[in-house]
Amino acid sequence: MKIHLTSVFVNDQAKALAFYTEILGFVKKHDVPLGGEDRWLTVVSPDAPGGTELLLEPAGHPAVKPYRDALVQDGIPLAQFTVDDVKAEYERLSGLGVRFTQEPLEAGPVTTAVFDDTCGNLIQIATQPQ
Amino acid sequence: MADDLFKALADPTRRTILDVLTERSGQTLFEICSRLSAKRQPGISRQAVSQHLAVLENAGLVETRREGRYKFHDLDTAPLRQIAERWPAPDTSGPEESTP
Repeated sequence: MKIHLTSVFVNDQAKALAFYTEILGFVKKHDVPLGGEDRWLTVVSPDAPGGTELLLEPAGHPAVKPYRDALVQDGIPLAQFTVDDVKAEYERLSGLGVRFTQEPLEAGPVTTAVFDDTCGNLIQIATQPQ
Repeated sequence: MADDLFKALADPTRRTILDVLTERSGQTLFEICSRLSAKRQPGISRQAVSQHLAVLENAGLVETRREGRYKFHDLDTAPLRQIAERWPAPDTSGPEESTP
């Protein structure tokens, strides 16, 4: 078994696609209309186009808002992405206006930071020990 | 207030949380928990940390502020002054008269 796809709920799929591609640097993989305004919309890392897909899933279900609001209030991220250098990425994204709720934090061999994806979620970035 | 202060300080985990809050002001619950695990403070759940923070807030040692959807915690050591005022420490900065 391996992880092929994981998802984050997003308030607005078009806005989420823009943020995840133009700001974060992912590339669109699948974009299939599902009826109404909903799309099967996934992005992948440009470094691994055949790798794990991230589904940008509509957040319309009534359970989603209270669930995410409670997590965001406490600063709890819903997904973690790996980057080569958290501090460099923190500088780059801050320069693009991304709001961080946790600045780079060294915890032993791992450095992490947490930002708001503007679609309702907090996302953690981390450098993994070599 | 004084009783709340001493009760808050009596717990070693809460003292560690205060240590963690001196490292950076404006931390989310998640960041506080991350820093506690980095300090190898084992087996403390987020819910427990949240409850400890409530005790510290009640004693005036921690202040919380909301910014939009986020909630941040700041350290306020001002209440500790009550201790020094109640039991003032002798002034040891000047020359000692106790030299033989």
